[in-house]
Amino acid sequence: MLLDVNPIDAYKALYEGAFGTKNAFAETLVKATPLLLVGIGICISFRAGVINIGGEGQMVIGALMGTALALQIPDAPAEVIIPLSLVVGFIGGAVWGALAGALKAYFNVNEILSTVMLNQIAIYTMNYLLNNTLIDPAQAQLASRIPQTARLSRAADLPRLWMPTRLHLGVVIAVVLAILVYILLWRTTLGYRIRAVGKSPRASRYAGINVKRYVVLSLLLSGGFAGLAGITQVLGVSHRMITDGSASGFTGSAGFNGIVAALFGKLHPIGAIPASILFGALLVGANQLQRTTQVPSAFVTTLNGIVLLFVVGSEIWTRRRARRRVAVVSSEPTPPARQTAVEAEPAK
Amino acid sequence: MIGDLFTASVLIGIAGSGIRLATPYLYAALGETFGQRSGVFNLGVEGVMLMGAFSAYWATYESGNNLLIGILVALFVGVLMGLLTAFINVTLKAEQGISGIGIFMFGLGLSELLYQIAFKGERIPIKAFSRINIPLLSDIPVVGEIFFRQNLLVYVAFALVPVAWFVINRTTFGLKIRAVGQNPEAADAMGINVTRIRYATVTLGGMLAAVAGASLSIAQLNVFQQNMTAGQGFIAVALVYFGSWRPFGVMAGALLFSTVNALQLWVRTRGIDIPAEYASMAPYLLTILALVFASRRVDQPAALGKVFERGG
Repeated sequence: MLLDVNPIDAYKALYEGAFGTKNAFAETLVKATPLLLVGIGICISFRAGVINIGGEGQMVIGALMGTALALQIPDAPAEVIIPLSLVVGFIGGAVWGALAGALKAYFNVNEILSTVMLNQIAIYTMNYLLNNTLIDPAQAQLASRIPQTARLSRAADLPRLWMPTRLHLGVVIAVVLAILVYILLWRTTLGYRIRAVGKSPRASRYAGINVKRYVVLSLLLSGGFAGLAGITQVLGVSHRMITDGSASGFTGSAGFNGIVAALFGKLHPIGAIPASILFGALLVGANQLQRTTQVPSAFVTTLNGIVLLFVVGSEIWTRRRARRRVAVVSSEPTPPARQTAVEAEPAK
Repeated sequence: MIGDLFTASVLIGIAGSGIRLATPYLYAALGETFGQRSGVFNLGVEGVMLMGAFSAYWATYESGNNLLIGILVALFVGVLMGLLTAFINVTLKAEQGISGIGIFMFGLGLSELLYQIAFKGERIPIKAFSRINIPLLSDIPVVGEIFFRQNLLVYVAFALVPVAWFVINRTTFGLKIRAVGQNPEAADAMGINVTRIRYATVTLGGMLAAVAGASLSIAQLNVFQQNMTAGQGFIAVALVYFGSWRPFGVMAGALLFSTVNALQLWVRTRGIDIPAEYASMAPYLLTILALVFASRRVDQPAALGKVFERGG
């Protein structure tokens, strides 16, 4: 093998690292939480035919705003500080997402490109704030200061679920929200319209749906869930924001990996739950892999890239099979199957 | 301090490094122009650039500082990445915006992985492309200093602009590319092999993106580091929109961006009282603004981003 490592050992390390012990399993769920939160947001935007690549930036802005608020009210009780920070974190991500949505709806700017640029702008905003306005007063005087905020008050810590592991309430919040988003998308008029816009913007327009509004709304919600993922990381895991100058230092690339998890879960919020756990396991297992076999954890990024390619690439076979099935049932010409931002198929 | 900005030597310095910094944008965006003209929206440029940057650096190092081998290996890796992109987007007909992120993550992870394996985290600088002073021309005051004291990859990048224009607008191959990008069904009916044209443009795009990456690792910074492209590949994709799918427009965009970049680097090194983070943000804000203005134009290839399937 290229890496000069016995593959059996590697798999064993990966598995042991992810599920081997109580602590490992808890860590897997901790890593899965932001993936799931980003992932359910991705389900909303992709269902609306909008491709949100901005999870990283939305996580960062959500975390920044939530953290800034939590730092303002250190004496508030947990019942106030936690929900308020979560809501503000959601709003932060939502604003960042809605910005891309508005650019797409009203200025016809490709949302893939704008969200990527907004990611970078969020990173520099974070670097600036953590070096200046939000810097830990204890660090501010030091010569070689670490760009980080002060530790949030203990009241802001998300309750631990499974002592002594780091598993926190965030995982429950994420699962509940996944179910709520499922209900939103498939059981409400709003969700129906979001999906209608994704299937066919033109038909939706004829049906009297304000397509622009739903484009903005879907990116707003999508960004909001990413923002929630960001602030949940702060309240549940790190208890302060710290930067190494890149987004992934804070997000652990959950903004991108959440896309993989959502697609792996077939863009279904409930399906995203097991998919997130799988990728959470991969991330935790990779750390173990690095410790025991010296395989760098960049391996997981590579693997996620391949999985993503495989998932989007395999869609054609699913579609083709579906079409054949329709063709068997009726000899009618097939209706256009699935249309997203990219018109899936020319009508025949 | 601000007054310094207007001294001639500073302006020449900024313009000169602006030209140099335009190189990776130019290679990557020209490659993307070919792909998009044939209807393929390839967002994976960043990942291919990283692979090109690593492979060029690695091959140069391993071959005892042979830069030619570095470039050739980068080109080869670019072909492989291009073929992979084409296979996913054209043959498997994947959703192009998402598959691009897959290619990006794959390139980001693999370049870092291989770097860790090959160099164990050590940073060993190589002897990179040096400046070539073009005789006579480089002696012209101002102009010579800005344009004719650059490294080889810079000259090649700018030479490629008219070549790309010629290929797209004046050759049969270019005609086929445009036909496939505008109306693949009609092109197919005319007997043009849509798949083959798209494979060709995407592979060419992969090669140019890899050279773009190489221009960073073996002509500008002399090392490889994780995620060293830092979003330049994505800006390159946006530049194609900005330049409305024309090589000279793309060049204008690349120069605009690289000059802003050079300016912000200069501001940062001088410690002028603008936070460095604001300066670093400038190129990305500019990209968004550029996209707002570029979106008014309507000359986007009609089939861009659309999957072609033969009507049965």
